[in-house]
Amino acid sequence: MTMTAGAFADALHAEWTKLRTVVGTAWLLAAAVVLTIGLSVASAATVTCDGAGCGEDPAKVGLLGVLAGQAVVAVLAVLAVGEEYGTGMIRLTFAAMPRRELVLAAKAVVVAAVTAVAGVLAVPASALAALALLPRHGFTAAHGYQHLATAATLRASVGSVLYLVLIALLSVGVASLLRDSAASVGTVLGLLYLFPVLAQVISDPDWHRRATQLAPMLAGLDVQSTIGLAGQPLSPWQGLGVLTAWAFGMLGLGGAMLRLRDA
Amino acid sequence: MVSSDSFWNLVRAEWTKLRTVRGWMVGLALAAILTVALGMLGPLGSSSSCSQVDSNGATSHTCHVTGPPRDASGQEVQDQSTFVRRTLAGDGSITARLTSFSGKYSPDGGGPPDPTDPTAGMVDGLQPWSKAGILIKDGSNFGSAYAAVLATGSHGVRMQYDYTHDTAGLPGSVTAAAPRWLRLTRAGDVITGYDSADGTTWTEIGAAHLANLPADVEVGVFAASPDYAVVKSSFGGSSTNTGPSLATGTFDRIAVTGQSTGGWSGPGIGGEPSGHSGPGAAQGPAAAAVAAANGADGFTVTGSGDIAPAGPGEGADKSAEGSLVGTFGGLIAVIVVAALSMTSEYRRGLIRTSLAASPRRGRLLAAKAVVLGAVSFVVGLVAAAIAVPTVRAVEHSKSMYVYHASTGAQIRMVIGTAAILAVAAVFALAIATIVRRGAAAVAAVIVAIILPYILAVASVLPAGAAEWLARLTPAAAFAVQQTVKPWPMVEASYTPANGYYPLSPWAGLAVLCLYAAVAYAIAHRLLRRRDA
Repeated sequence: MTMTAGAFADALHAEWTKLRTVVGTAWLLAAAVVLTIGLSVASAATVTCDGAGCGEDPAKVGLLGVLAGQAVVAVLAVLAVGEEYGTGMIRLTFAAMPRRELVLAAKAVVVAAVTAVAGVLAVPASALAALALLPRHGFTAAHGYQHLATAATLRASVGSVLYLVLIALLSVGVASLLRDSAASVGTVLGLLYLFPVLAQVISDPDWHRRATQLAPMLAGLDVQSTIGLAGQPLSPWQGLGVLTAWAFGMLGLGGAMLRLRDA
Repeated sequence: MVSSDSFWNLVRAEWTKLRTVRGWMVGLALAAILTVALGMLGPLGSSSSCSQVDSNGATSHTCHVTGPPRDASGQEVQDQSTFVRRTLAGDGSITARLTSFSGKYSPDGGGPPDPTDPTAGMVDGLQPWSKAGILIKDGSNFGSAYAAVLATGSHGVRMQYDYTHDTAGLPGSVTAAAPRWLRLTRAGDVITGYDSADGTTWTEIGAAHLANLPADVEVGVFAASPDYAVVKSSFGGSSTNTGPSLATGTFDRIAVTGQSTGGWSGPGIGGEPSGHSGPGAAQGPAAAAVAAANGADGFTVTGSGDIAPAGPGEGADKSAEGSLVGTFGGLIAVIVVAALSMTSEYRRGLIRTSLAASPRRGRLLAAKAVVLGAVSFVVGLVAAAIAVPTVRAVEHSKSMYVYHASTGAQIRMVIGTAAILAVAAVFALAIATIVRRGAAAVAAVIVAIILPYILAVASVLPAGAAEWLARLTPAAAFAVQQTVKPWPMVEASYTPANGYYPLSPWAGLAVLCLYAAVAYAIAHRLLRRRDA
């Protein structure tokens, strides 16, 4: 047991060193933070609530940037796995650390931690900007928004950070399955972005509901809902649960394939 | 040696590289498969209710693809009004004076209809395209040919014919102090519309050439009023709040010249009951469709509905471009292959061999762009040409109504889809050359093309911001798939979320081309200046 714990600590240390010393990591983290805050602020500055019952969810408006930031997070996470395959470094890594699932777990933990840092910088900044901007755009007590800084808003913010972390884990899983960075990013962004596009043409209410409940992005972003919760296909935490299932499902599949295939 | 031969040799070399990497051919095949297969989700994930309960209480499963009425060209139309009419044989004219024009509507969406008082809960006011005027119509069917001169709620007097044609006449609204004189004359197939403020000075508004108009037509006065509608947009789409509305026009000095036989007929006139339902008659709040004599030569006509083109609304009805929703899947596959075709050369160091063989680096990029563009175009063309008729066939088999799209629009939609894939491939190649990292290039291009589309059609952003996204970002290119048409004479929510793009189809595609061209120019410059 101690050997495993020690080996895992070594793997963590190795992965952290690799991620930290690659120039791209810092740039990607900065890009994720800037894109998330930028799109969130643009959205909070554009959306107006024109009367009582306008139906706009202030948390979804103020945290819209997560839609863009997640793409950078996916790139960061995919590169942590895919680059080692691209350069052949992975064979060296596995020679040094024959327990491949430990390597994958260490990569997942390190990438998740780095993503959490980006999320903790980007999401509260977006939320604070929204709290300052939205009351000027009709999100007022008169239109039914007594307080914007509620427990639900806090849950939406914490949930959005967790959402980004889960996207990173999903990406690590997909990259260890496909072993090619470009194809993995394409697959992850396809999983995220295609569902909302396809859900539009599904007009049967039951199928539409099922599609939105299954879609990793749509279900995961249910954690940002603060109004009209009764009408949502999933409760906020259920939605994040669906994304968690996707992320750990992909990680498990990736780990299994890692053991079965030659590197 | 610097001949076109060497460039085509380079193109052949790039084509050989592309077709011999198994993963890339798999990617291109996947692009075609996704484009077709994802398009099937629309009809497979939708259902049209076609079971009806008959008078015995048994459920019958006879399905009929009905949809809205259509005119001779196949365009879906609305054809409901209260029409007080008589038959005109051969050439002739009708003249009438509209002395007052008023309306009512339900601002709260309207409750269940109350047969005893159809205007219960309504407030005064005309809709922008409420209509009252004179009409010459081939009276036999819904969607039949017609020409009308009419006053509107807020667009002045218009001459309209055959649903899609609309010409402005006198501006301003109708009051007792400012009545409107309206006239239509028929000479053979040509019907000419006039208006006048005083009944002596007449101005021609326009002439309609109605081919195949029978000798006997219905002429008379009519009123119609389209539903009141307020559009709300919120995350995941927009919802429309609609309510019934009514328009009442008071006509006098009605004069018909030519061979006019029989008396006037209409709901409440000539023995017909109020709320008569049939071609040209109102079906909305039917009890409100009523007309009454107004002196010796006039009628007061109240009606709802509209005589205008119709577009796809919500529900199981499909527009043709829905069959190409799989383009988004194909796009991702093509982007990955295009980015890899450059970045894998850097990864393997093959780029140095390629550049040694072809020291004019710009040509290498051009050859890659030609090969990727051409291959993606063919993949897109084949996939779209399969997807459009296949999805339509499935929709028909499930008794869904597919809105009319002209053959030209369908061909443009298919070729445009191929062009989107081709230009996106060149865009991805250029970005990959600039950043030299496959993952970053793929993410950048997907975020540039697909994220703005999602933000515009399925996010919290208001319609104004969505329209700017659909103008300025590469997502503008999806306008080339649009077959639904915005009609100036129909109030509706013509937003990207409902499938209406602010740019014309080819202008939208040009926006994507511009992004690709700029990226290509930068890539070309960097490839020449940087060490490989």
